Amino acid sequence: MSGADYCPNTPGEILEMLDSIGVGSIEELFEVIPPELRAGSLGLPKGMSEFETLRRMQGLAEKNSRKLIHFIGGGFYDHFIPSVVNHMAGRAEFYTAYTPYQAECSQGTLQALYEYQTAICALTGMEASNASLYDGGTALAEAALMALRITGRNRLIVDGAVNPFYRQILRTYLKNLQVELVETTPSADGAGREDIRLHVDDGTAAVILQNPNFFGGIDNLADLAERTHGAGALLVATVYPVSLGLVKSPYEMGVDIVSGDGQSLGNPLSFGGPSFGFIATRREYIRSLPGRIVGETVDVEGKRGFVLTLQAREQHIRRHKATSNICSNQSLCALRGLLFLCSIGKRGFAELATLNRDKAEYAKGVLGGVRGISVWNRTPTFNEFTLTLPQDARKVVEKLLSRGIAGGVPLGDWFRGMEQCLVVTVTEKRSREEIDALAENLEDALWS
Amino acid sequence: MELIFEKSVAGRLGVALPDSDVPGSDFLPGNLLRTDPPPLPEVGEPELVRHFTNLSQRNFSVDTNFYPLGSCTMKYNPKVLEEVAALFSGCHPMTALLPGGHIFAQGSLELIYCLGRMLCEITGMDEVAAQPLAGAHGELTGIMIIHAFHKARGNRKHIVIVPDSSHGTNPASAAMMGYEIVTIPTAPYGDMDMNLFRKAMNGEVAAVMMTCPNTLGLFNPHVGEICAIAHEHGALAYYDGANLNAIMGKARPGDMGFDVIHLNLHKTFATPHGGGGPGSGPVGVKKELIPFLPVPRVVKIDDGAYALEQENPLSIGRISGFFGNFAVLARACAYIVLLGREGLVRVSEQAVLNANYLQEKLKKYYDLPYDISCMHECVFSAARQLKQGVHALDIAKFLIDKGFHPPTVYFPLIVKEAMMIEPTETESKANLDAFIAAMIEAAELAEKNPQALMQAPVTMPVKRLDEVKAAREINVCHLLAQGTGHKARD
Repeated sequence: MSGADYCPNTPGEILEMLDSIGVGSIEELFEVIPPELRAGSLGLPKGMSEFETLRRMQGLAEKNSRKLIHFIGGGFYDHFIPSVVNHMAGRAEFYTAYTPYQAECSQGTLQALYEYQTAICALTGMEASNASLYDGGTALAEAALMALRITGRNRLIVDGAVNPFYRQILRTYLKNLQVELVETTPSADGAGREDIRLHVDDGTAAVILQNPNFFGGIDNLADLAERTHGAGALLVATVYPVSLGLVKSPYEMGVDIVSGDGQSLGNPLSFGGPSFGFIATRREYIRSLPGRIVGETVDVEGKRGFVLTLQAREQHIRRHKATSNICSNQSLCALRGLLFLCSIGKRGFAELATLNRDKAEYAKGVLGGVRGISVWNRTPTFNEFTLTLPQDARKVVEKLLSRGIAGGVPLGDWFRGMEQCLVVTVTEKRSREEIDALAENLEDALWS
Repeated sequence: MELIFEKSVAGRLGVALPDSDVPGSDFLPGNLLRTDPPPLPEVGEPELVRHFTNLSQRNFSVDTNFYPLGSCTMKYNPKVLEEVAALFSGCHPMTALLPGGHIFAQGSLELIYCLGRMLCEITGMDEVAAQPLAGAHGELTGIMIIHAFHKARGNRKHIVIVPDSSHGTNPASAAMMGYEIVTIPTAPYGDMDMNLFRKAMNGEVAAVMMTCPNTLGLFNPHVGEICAIAHEHGALAYYDGANLNAIMGKARPGDMGFDVIHLNLHKTFATPHGGGGPGSGPVGVKKELIPFLPVPRVVKIDDGAYALEQENPLSIGRISGFFGNFAVLARACAYIVLLGREGLVRVSEQAVLNANYLQEKLKKYYDLPYDISCMHECVFSAARQLKQGVHALDIAKFLIDKGFHPPTVYFPLIVKEAMMIEPTETESKANLDAFIAAMIEAAELAEKNPQALMQAPVTMPVKRLDEVKAAREINVCHLLAQGTGHKARD
């Protein structure tokens, strides 16, 4: 059987239409393409029915191991997603619409994005958020570009404990822009304070940190904000949104631009995407934000409504002088984020953060007690922490994988000299039994 | 409509979390702790569902309305694709990056690899990178690849040429890589002016960025020559794949001579637009550019398994967190499998037929600046209606009252009062006829009662909105506007 093509016109209708146009065949409409550029038959299989397609895709999905117990993070986290998130984000009026250029028939998306911006401000303490960016790494790159624009300076100091993937993205984005990128040495004591103090000067656009950092350490950045602002530079931080249920907001710590990945807020792991990036700032920098922004206004009768605003920053108006080349956002993922935050609510969100912290603290105690293992961090941690093992952590992780446990992220590939270190993540989904089993398997992998 | 924040009642609980099975801890010192939880709404689930259901009903969407938004390819999104995406929702991306971990993610890696091969076949390119997260992100990646290619050859080319009909993202992406932009005007026949292009070409030009068919919906028959001229000067030819829906199985950018392309899977390959994302913008390249592709790259290794190449000295580096918007890739892959080689060709044929039918039926009523056979979209001007004081925007707003999402208006910038109509292949003749009737009614009203158009829309939850007020009295956060939950700085 041949595949569906979702083209509804019947042969009769097609003939009528060709007649109206005044051509004898559809082929005539393609005559403008010179013969030497015409394609031959595509080397693809013929179409399939929905049933066959689904079976084929199920076959692929079954080649993935679906029973791994996740103690891995590294930017994406295995969190619970309330059913209401899928059901509401699955409303076709949301997911089959596009960028709300025509405000009057897009109030649903526009109001949801305004509520999303408000929710991001609630989490971060900031005064302005855009309507979302692609992901956490690109959001940090956009935050860095924003700091360069605001200060007119061309030097960035990046803490060595920022997610190595995010630092790679930063390097890629900045490669051709005559920007000096100084990376500090990672420290078990939190931010690389000594290096940052040494390097920050009146040519520095921003100091870029992660909190909690890649090793799980939480830090109060207030003293660094003071030092950074003293040099006329901005403090940029990428944060893990779930931690903000417990940890002091970036705004209170003196951060100027905050970004992060929203996957943890109601978006499935989906092998790395889509998620969304968020970015928020103080009100004086709102015109330097990249991407879409939704604003509240009124209609001709004074009734509340929402529109895309500050569009003079954007590429479709400013072309090569725009604040960014970004054209879309990750609306549907941002909507999922909003739905997640509203469904568990103010108190639930604080409880969720506490549950993550408590489970991780328990795991830190149990795993840190395994013979030969010690805890690497010298600061408090949230739901991730780093262990030092008595051997290369990569070998240990491989052994654990064969037992159905993704036991952590070994650091050897990304941090020189940290071959024996393992970052372990514990979300609210991990049970005490699973944590105890990880400890037993770790002991076994190390000593038998 | 009230905001969800305004429906919040202190103490109302939402979804319950599981009880803790571990002892509590108070490990965080006071200087790290919040005094109050973030001021999120407190609403119950029934109220939440009603709020968002009501909000959704304030949207036009492909599933509820004809949505001929030019350049965006708002075609029907088959429902089975949602089921396909759900098959992979529990896969953690970090698994594949662990030592030996790729074995546990063979299905996902194979999917990315196979999608890449199929996209190569459709476009005539040699290799595809799936990491870019949207069309504009793909463009940026493509420009980075071009920059890295020239750099590796010691070239110091600093100019990128774009036609004035290009998408705004083209010059914006090139500018982000530090390139100087040279814009070539459109000739009276609707394509880039070849004489001016030849004059602008020199050894300083790194790339020429083309959209083909262009934003006027026209196929440029000189496209092969343009690529050849670029190559003569040591420049690369870049193809913006926004309009690929017009030519699948009819012509391939790789055969035209393009070196680097990006695709918009959410347009051509029927993945939902999500109210403005997630999209996906894979980049395709010719053989000599493969070493510059972003990492990590999915490769097939000797034992037939799929693995990740995490480093490559010539690579532009990492451009997104993991391997791309995987759930979008999965949908696009399933779409190609569903339609197959003949189905994709029929898609382009029907898209072009529908656009030409609309163009033919409407050209008596609206100015058609380039009166030749179009591809998948057509661009009219409301210049005639402007004489009665009616703008393209007024016609757009009138269409909303008639139950149609308006076409793209005021783009491309080179057409005065532009209305860019892309019907897509998934609309029936009956739907097109209804839209044509509404457009004709608008043209007649412009003559007889222009005021009626200027007041539209009148059937929506809101009438025309004050955009100037929105930009002047900025209100982008409810908490800040209310002065609640936020301590003003200083």
